[in-house]
Amino acid sequence: MSAELALLGPILAAMLAAATPLLFAALGELVVEKSGVLNLGVEGMMLVGAVCGFAVAVQTGSSTAGFVAGAAAGAGMAALFGVLTLLLLANQVATGLALTLFGVGLSALIGQGFVGIPIADVPELYIPGLTDLPVIGKALFGQDALVYLALAAVPAVHWFLYATRKGLILRAVGENHAAAHALGYKVIRIRFLAVLFGGAMSGMAGAFLSLDYTPMWAEGISSGRGWIALALVVFATWKPGRVLLGAWLFGGVTIAQLHVQGLGIDIPSQLLSMLPYLATVIVLVVISRDVARIRLNAPASLGKVFHPDA
Amino acid sequence: MSSPPHRLELRGVTKRFPGCLANDQVDLVLRPGEIHALLGENGAGKSTLVKIIYGVLHADAGRIQWNGQDTHIPDPAGARRLGIGMVFQHFSLFDTLTVAENISLGLDQPGPMDALSARIAEVSERYGLSLDPRRHVHNLSVGERQRVEIVRCLLQDPKLLIMDEPTSVLTPQEATRLFETLRRLAAEGCTILYISHKLEEIRALCDTATVLRGGRVVGSCDPRRETARSLAEMMIGTELSTPERLPQGEAGAAKLQVRHLSTTSDNPFATNLKDVSFEVRAGEILGIAGVAGNGQAELMAALSGEALVPDPASVAIEGRPAGHLGPRERRLLGLAFVPEERLGRGAVPELSLSENALLSGYAREPLVRSGLVHFGRARSYAERIIGAFNVVTHGHRAEARSLSGGNLQKFIIGREILQKPRLLVVGQPTWGVDAGAAAAIHRALIDLARSGAAVLVISQDLDELFVLSDRIAVLFHGHLSESRPTHHTSVEEIGLLMGGLFNHPPDEDEVDRAV
Repeated sequence: MSAELALLGPILAAMLAAATPLLFAALGELVVEKSGVLNLGVEGMMLVGAVCGFAVAVQTGSSTAGFVAGAAAGAGMAALFGVLTLLLLANQVATGLALTLFGVGLSALIGQGFVGIPIADVPELYIPGLTDLPVIGKALFGQDALVYLALAAVPAVHWFLYATRKGLILRAVGENHAAAHALGYKVIRIRFLAVLFGGAMSGMAGAFLSLDYTPMWAEGISSGRGWIALALVVFATWKPGRVLLGAWLFGGVTIAQLHVQGLGIDIPSQLLSMLPYLATVIVLVVISRDVARIRLNAPASLGKVFHPDA
Repeated sequence: MSSPPHRLELRGVTKRFPGCLANDQVDLVLRPGEIHALLGENGAGKSTLVKIIYGVLHADAGRIQWNGQDTHIPDPAGARRLGIGMVFQHFSLFDTLTVAENISLGLDQPGPMDALSARIAEVSERYGLSLDPRRHVHNLSVGERQRVEIVRCLLQDPKLLIMDEPTSVLTPQEATRLFETLRRLAAEGCTILYISHKLEEIRALCDTATVLRGGRVVGSCDPRRETARSLAEMMIGTELSTPERLPQGEAGAAKLQVRHLSTTSDNPFATNLKDVSFEVRAGEILGIAGVAGNGQAELMAALSGEALVPDPASVAIEGRPAGHLGPRERRLLGLAFVPEERLGRGAVPELSLSENALLSGYAREPLVRSGLVHFGRARSYAERIIGAFNVVTHGHRAEARSLSGGNLQKFIIGREILQKPRLLVVGQPTWGVDAGAAAAIHRALIDLARSGAAVLVISQDLDELFVLSDRIAVLFHGHLSESRPTHHTSVEEIGLLMGGLFNHPPDEDEVDRAV
C-alpha cells in the first residue's frame, strides 16, 4: 500500500470527527428554525455545554455523564432564551446575540479551574476485522459513539420533520403561526420544546469538542463553529441531508489544511486556519443561489414574534 | 309535538376588551339546516362572536347551549369535537405544505396520509369541490384554497359550519358554485352561519339574518323579504347615501400609459405580468377586476415604483417614461397611490396621523423646510384630511393603528386626494370597510375623476367596480383583457373574463398547472 493511501485512512476518520460538532449544532438549530424561531445563541450554548460537560466528566470520571451534562447545560441556556423570546416576547435576534455573549463569559468563568487539566480519552469502537480494514476501516468502524449518533441524527431529524405528525405540526407552526394557533395548536409550547432540543444538541456539540475532539478545556474552544452551524442551516435551505454535506465539507477542509500545515508549505498558518470557514461559506453560497428554493423551504414565520391574542 | 332542540343557542353572551365592549348581551339562535346570516359593520362584534363560538375566545358572561345542552367550548379542538367547523376569511393554510397535509393539520384523528387522501378525493367529489390532495397550496388559486378549507371542515362531518366572508375572493361563478354546495349541506341538516358584507348574496342565500351593531343585536329578519338597502340601513342605523353615477365628462389626455409591461420575479409565489397594456385618461376611472393573486400586487408595485421595470418606456406618466423611477420621482410627476395593505404599506401603524400625513404628503405639500419637518404644517394638513373626509379619531396625534379600517382608509385616500394628484392608483379601496365609509370613499374617487384627474382602481369587488368605473378590464394569470365600457358589459361577462375566458397566448405557468 502506498504512503498516500495509508495517509487517507486517518484523514477520512479525522474529517468525520471534525464534522460531528457542526452536525449536532446545525441539526438542532434546523429544528428550531423550522418551528419559526431564530436562535443566534448557538455559539454560547456550545461553549457552556463544552465547559459543563468537561467539568462533570472530570468530577465523575465518566464521559457519558459529561455528554449528558453538556446537553443539559445547552438546554438550560436554551430555556433562558425561550423564556425571554417566547414568553416575554423579546426580540429573537437581540436575545440570541446576548445569549452568545453570555455563554462566552459564563463558560470562561466556570472553566477557570479546569484549564490544562488532562482527561481520559473516550473509548472508540473496535470491531475485529472491520476496524482493521485498510483505508476505510478506521473511518467507518473505529469512531466514538457520538460520531455515529450525529450521523444517525440526520435521517432521524428528516424522518421526524417529514414523516411524523408531530413534525408536520412543527413545520406548520414555523410556516404560519397565526393559522396554527387558529387551528388550536399550542404554538408557544411547541416552539419551546424545539428550542430546548436545539439547545441540547448545541450543548452536545460543545461537549464533543471538550471531551472527545480536543480533548481539553480552553476558553472559546468552539472557535466560531456555532456561527458556521447557523450559516449551514440557511445555506442548506433547511434540509438535513444538505447540512450533512456542508458539515463534511467543513470537516474535510479543516483536516486538509492541518496536513498542509504539517507538510511545512510556506503559507501563514492563520490563512490556512481560515480556510474551512471560507470554503464552507463560499460553497454554500454558490449552491444556495436559487432564491426560489430558499423561499419554498424557509419557514415563513422565522424570527417573528408570536403574540397569541385574538 | 315538540320541535327539535336548537342547534346552537347563545344567551346574554358578553365579551369585553380593554376599552371596548365587543359583545353586549348577545342572543343568537341557530336551527338545524338553516343558513343564517350574521350582519354588521366592521367593529360590530361579528368576528368576536364567531371566535367565541369556535372556542378561540371565551365569553365573560352568558350561556351557550349546543343541541339543547349547556356547554363550554374550551378551544377550537373542543369546538370541532362538538361538530363546529369554520372557514376563515384569511385562510388558515400553510403555503409550503400539500393539500393533504393542510387538511390533516385541521383534523384531530387524521389517520394515515394515504387513507386521508382517498377520503379527501371522495368528499370533494361528492360536493363538487374538485381538489388534488398532493398539490402544494402555494400553487392553488384562491378559490381552490377555499375548497381546501371547506373540505377540511366537511371531513369532520360538521353540524355547524361557520363561513367568514367566503365570497370576497371568488369570481361570481365560483360563488354560485359555493352556494350550491352550501344549500346541499343545509339540506342534509347542517347549520350554516354565514358572515358577509355582500347584501345581495345574503338575500339570495340565507333564510334568517341577525344584525349586530356596536356589539348588540339590533334586529333579525328574513333577508329574502328585505332589500339590500334596508339591510344596510339596519346595519349602520341611519339612512344610506349611495353615490350616483354622473355622466362621464370628456375623457382627456392619457395620464398613465402602460405598454407591453412584463415582469419577472424571484418570488415563486408571485404572478408575473405578461405583456400588459392599457391607458388611463384624464377624467375617467378605469377599473381592473380579477381574483386575488392574478398579478394585482405585481401591477400595483410596478405602477407605484416599488418595483422598477426593465424598460422605462413601458410605464409612462403624463407621457414621460417612468419605469426606471422610484416612488418619490413618480409622485413628483403627478402620481399618487393608495396601496391595498393599509397597515404597513399605506400607513405606518405606530406613527401618529400627522406623521403619516407627512410620509407621502411631503413631496407636494410644503411640509418640509430645508430638510427639517414643519410640524405645524404637518399637523394642519392632517387636520385638514380629518375634517374633509370625516375621519373618526381623537385627533392628529392618534396612532394610525388605533383607527378602524374604514376610518384609516378614509384618511389615507384623503391624504392622497388633497395633494390634487393628476393620476391616482388605488388598490382595493373599500376592502373590509363598512358601508358608510365605502360610500364616502366612492364619492371622493368619483369627484376626483370628474375634476379632471385619471383614476385607476384595482379591486376584487365587482359591485364596487360597477359603481365606480367608466371602463373595466380583467387581470387573469398576469394577462390583462381588453377594457370595455361599464355600461356595455355585465357582471356575468366580467365574471367569465375573471375565469380566464379571453384571448391571450398560453404561457408556461398554465402548461405547468395543466400537467
